[in-house]
Amino acid sequence: MSEVKVIIGIIMTAVLVNNYVLSQFLGICPFLGVSKKLDQASGMSIAVIFVMVLSTAVTYPIQYFVLNPNGLGYLQTIVFILVIAALVQLVEIILKRYIPALHASLGVYLPLITTNCAVLGVCISNVDSYLLADAVFGTSFVHALFNSFGSGVGFFLAMVLFAGVRTRVERCNCPECFKGMPITLLSASILSVSFMGFAGLVENLLGLG
Amino acid sequence: MKKLRILTNGIIRENPILVLVLGTCPFMAVTTQASNAIGMGAAVTFVLLCSNVLISLLRRAISEKVRIPCYIVVIASFVTLVQMIVQAFLPDLNTALGLYLPLIVVNCIILGRAEMFAGKNGVFDSALDAIGMGVGYTLAMLVMASIREILGSGTWFGIEVPVLIDNNISIMVMAPGGFAIFGVLIAVVNKVTKGKAPRKKEFGCMGCPSASVCGGALSCAGDGKEAAAK
Repeated sequence: MSEVKVIIGIIMTAVLVNNYVLSQFLGICPFLGVSKKLDQASGMSIAVIFVMVLSTAVTYPIQYFVLNPNGLGYLQTIVFILVIAALVQLVEIILKRYIPALHASLGVYLPLITTNCAVLGVCISNVDSYLLADAVFGTSFVHALFNSFGSGVGFFLAMVLFAGVRTRVERCNCPECFKGMPITLLSASILSVSFMGFAGLVENLLGLG
Repeated sequence: MKKLRILTNGIIRENPILVLVLGTCPFMAVTTQASNAIGMGAAVTFVLLCSNVLISLLRRAISEKVRIPCYIVVIASFVTLVQMIVQAFLPDLNTALGLYLPLIVVNCIILGRAEMFAGKNGVFDSALDAIGMGVGYTLAMLVMASIREILGSGTWFGIEVPVLIDNNISIMVMAPGGFAIFGVLIAVVNKVTKGKAPRKKEFGCMGCPSASVCGGALSCAGDGKEAAAK
């Protein structure tokens, strides 16, 4: 029971409290770039959820079984970015070959995700926060996977909410110098204030320390 | 004269942050303190300079089809180098920058400059471009961090500012303050230059963080493409 509670806590923290876009500033580029239309925003973020979970599933064992025992921790950045890039390419090829319908809707977003800082960020922060010296591989790996899933969902939530806000903001009558990026950033700021309201939610709701 | 123009391009006319709006993630995340901004700016400038020079030297050896993976390996190597240097000599900065130090790898400015400039120009020009872009990035970070630190914590480089130290607006150093001040800064730049500086739209795909990997595959809601076609 308590394990379920811990996992719910991890997911809620990742989605609401430590939202990757709105409180940690990761993945801002697609957040500002691809959030103009709702369908693009949701397509991109579903691809992000998928790639985040998949790349954690691959990079976490690599760090645990290959890099750490051989004292190669310093190669983390290079290995992770290459693994993610190769993985994304592989997923694209597999989708194109076997599930063309899915490829048609998500395919265009996949190459963009290779250089998305949220994906590399989630892999590195999983290793930093769950791969401690005394961590058991099984449990910590499951926690890391749920954390990446939650982070992806948080990204999805921020993108979809913001796409809705943005269609209104684009048409608003604001001073000339605020048009475009500045007014978009100001509305992102207000959205971010609303997410600050979730601070302390997980501790109080689930009684976790 | 042309060399001087390449150098100053990045500082004012094509400032990577305030005009091109590239590399925004670390820009907002680490600018809570002016000293962090300098540290991050220096790290980015170093990586940018090294990768631009190396990629420019290798530009005839790298095949067109595999250029992006090659660029990423070059950049990742220099980022690892910077990480090791910072961990060894500046442990405080390492703690302050945390996750954002390895994330320089995916900073769109560096891959963007490799793709747009270093892959097509000579070594000397690429180095000048990197220095200009790096200095422009650092200056923009310093301005943003100064505003946020003075208003949010009432200090500047750790020096207490009278009056504000007791009346700090702490939301400025939190996430919403980052978005809001960045928005206002871009608006001020727009107002001051009064359209003399090229708007982001006029860069077309060049002003897009994903340009290097996208290659125009995504129809970016119409804008940019028309400008690029002109």
